[in-house]
Amino acid sequence: MINLINISKSYGENHAVRSFDLTIETAETTVLIGPSGCGKSTILRTIIGLISPDTGKVNIEGEALSTANLVSLRQKMGYVIQEGGLFPNLSAEGNVFLMARYLGWDKDRIEERIDELCELTKFPKDALNRYPIQISGGQRQRLSLMRALMLDPNILLLDEPLGALDPLIRSELQQDLKEIFSTLGKTVVMVTHDMGEAAFFGDKIVLIKDGQIIQEGNISDLIKTPSNPFVTTFINAQRNHLEIIGDI
Amino acid sequence: MNLLKIPLIFLIIICVSCTFSDDSEKEIKVGSKKFTESVILGEIISQLAASEGAEVEYRKDLGGTRVLWNGLLNGDIDIYPEYTGTITQEILSNKNITDQSNLPEELAQYGIAISQPLGFNNTYAIGMKRENAAKLGIKTISDLKNYPELKFGFGNEFMNRGDGWPSLKSAYNLPQQNVTGLDHDLAYRGLESGHIDAIDLYSTDADISYYNLKVLKDDKKHFEDYFAVLLYRKDLEKKNPQALGTILKLEQSIPEQKMVEMNAASKIDGLSDSVIASNYLKETLLINTNPVKETFLSRLYRNTLQHLFLVVISLSAAIIVSIPLGILAYKNQKVGHLVLGIVGVIQTLPSLALLVFMIPFFGIGAVPAIVALFLYSLLPIVRGTYTGLKDISRDIQESAEALGLTPFAMLRLIEIPIASRSILSGIKTSAVINVGTATLGALIGAGGYGQPILTGIRLDNVGLILEGAIPAAVMALLVQGLFDLSERILVPKGLRLKENN
Repeated sequence: MINLINISKSYGENHAVRSFDLTIETAETTVLIGPSGCGKSTILRTIIGLISPDTGKVNIEGEALSTANLVSLRQKMGYVIQEGGLFPNLSAEGNVFLMARYLGWDKDRIEERIDELCELTKFPKDALNRYPIQISGGQRQRLSLMRALMLDPNILLLDEPLGALDPLIRSELQQDLKEIFSTLGKTVVMVTHDMGEAAFFGDKIVLIKDGQIIQEGNISDLIKTPSNPFVTTFINAQRNHLEIIGDI
Repeated sequence: MNLLKIPLIFLIIICVSCTFSDDSEKEIKVGSKKFTESVILGEIISQLAASEGAEVEYRKDLGGTRVLWNGLLNGDIDIYPEYTGTITQEILSNKNITDQSNLPEELAQYGIAISQPLGFNNTYAIGMKRENAAKLGIKTISDLKNYPELKFGFGNEFMNRGDGWPSLKSAYNLPQQNVTGLDHDLAYRGLESGHIDAIDLYSTDADISYYNLKVLKDDKKHFEDYFAVLLYRKDLEKKNPQALGTILKLEQSIPEQKMVEMNAASKIDGLSDSVIASNYLKETLLINTNPVKETFLSRLYRNTLQHLFLVVISLSAAIIVSIPLGILAYKNQKVGHLVLGIVGVIQTLPSLALLVFMIPFFGIGAVPAIVALFLYSLLPIVRGTYTGLKDISRDIQESAEALGLTPFAMLRLIEIPIASRSILSGIKTSAVINVGTATLGALIGAGGYGQPILTGIRLDNVGLILEGAIPAAVMALLVQGLFDLSERILVPKGLRLKENN
């Protein structure tokens, strides 16, 4: 469980997040959604300690995030970003086992874990010794996921993980990701601006605007009992054109 | 290979090279300025001292009076030839000494002794090409007043010294505006090519007859006497009285005509300084000495070793210091601006000035040259490190942070490897600049490829200039090649690949 308590963060005059409270349930997938600049990424980056909030605190499984336990808590979380954030100086495999080797895992244990992860994420084993620059965008995201999962963290944070992919690869990866989440049963927090993706993944959807939560709940709550006209506007704006044609 | 091991490797290189360096204290250290007469006199002194069995170190072609005087004061030089006028006008100019007979007393305050004059007066004079002077009807310095359009080229020392251009101008009321300061040896060439109409001369210069010059009469007796003397440290009297006694046999032994002949033997006949010195001692003082005969290859070998020594030590030290400075600059913006500002300012100092600044602190020879080259090599490496780290994308940095790496581990495993190309290119730039700048080290007695260049300029000998310039260029190219090669080992493969999709 992750608790965000009274989080505020501003950059000069710009209030990115205002008195933000949120509880993220264990083993559920929570999707943070909202228009660009609404503060959803700020929230995710606050959870992993890349941003320190002006006020409020973050509890990770009951432990308050602080500079003292930052490094150890980060090792219990996996973090995947849009372009993968892969290290260009390391091979695919090097990216994945970096932390394990840093923490002193032995070779066999590392190899075993990489085999498992290749299978799970459908990353081709023969591409393991390639470098990030040599592999495709979809594979990079699979690799980034492998890296995030290497230490088998309880929590997985994903910041628009599919945002930079073309539609075919994106839809294939969506399927695979959903399968992975349900296999692993991890606490997942995903940031997206795509309502379809949010509906597809989210056990809970948190709609954010101007640094504050507008509504949280599952997709049918949001559609059937919107707390605010903005909820409907946001959902309708994202309805697929094909779907609208189909309705006629 | 881990890039962090590089500083360690260079530290080892420094230690090893230091053990190979020749730091044994020679018994008598002789110096000379970088003009022929001074070099020949220094050679004579060296051979005389050696004839008494003393071990002699001769540093010739040093760049200017200040370098020698400071060297004498701090013991890097025991003895060198000087001129009385230079002592009153330049070395002790703040004391306004009007009577040269007071010099022994004044110099004694610094622990320095002065010999009797060697026998000739090498005063300043103004010279023009003979045909040009005849055409304009110029015979005396006063005559110059009527030709304000004439172009003057004076030695850099002459431009500033007490009895130099400023006072000459006012003493004779000279109107010329077009006055350039340049190297004395180059001034002769400017005169020959017609770019300059009049230059300052030393009255014993062989060039006066070589270039067929008219020496203008100093009709107002402006220039002081420049009797050649020897300046030496008082402690030499205790250290090696026998050698000093023999050296002082030179007092009153070199008439003006003899000095002009020796200058001409070097400049016009191309005899080596040591042969000229040896011949002189044999004829006049009946002392047999062995002139040093060095082959081209042994000279090249010695110069190469000295040059490499300067470059390797200074560059290694610069690498060890600059990479951490670059990291510091990247980690802390405020410190970063300060560090980059300071090393940037150092870089803008003219290299010659930086070399001379080092003398009061480190004396003369290899040490001040290495310190100056070290300071000079900082900026490219600091900047290379700083830029390389700063250019790493935020995505990559945050990904590394989010994994739970400590800041040091991030630096070691991710940031430095990614910045390695930029760091290496900074080192490469430094190395190439360093090899070139090290040629100036000869001006403060550090030797290296600058030595034949200086001698070559002095003797108007292109062959000698090339003997320094070509190996220096080759060394720069080799250094560049070496670093290009090392890129393949040190820059991670993933950064050297091209995108293939």
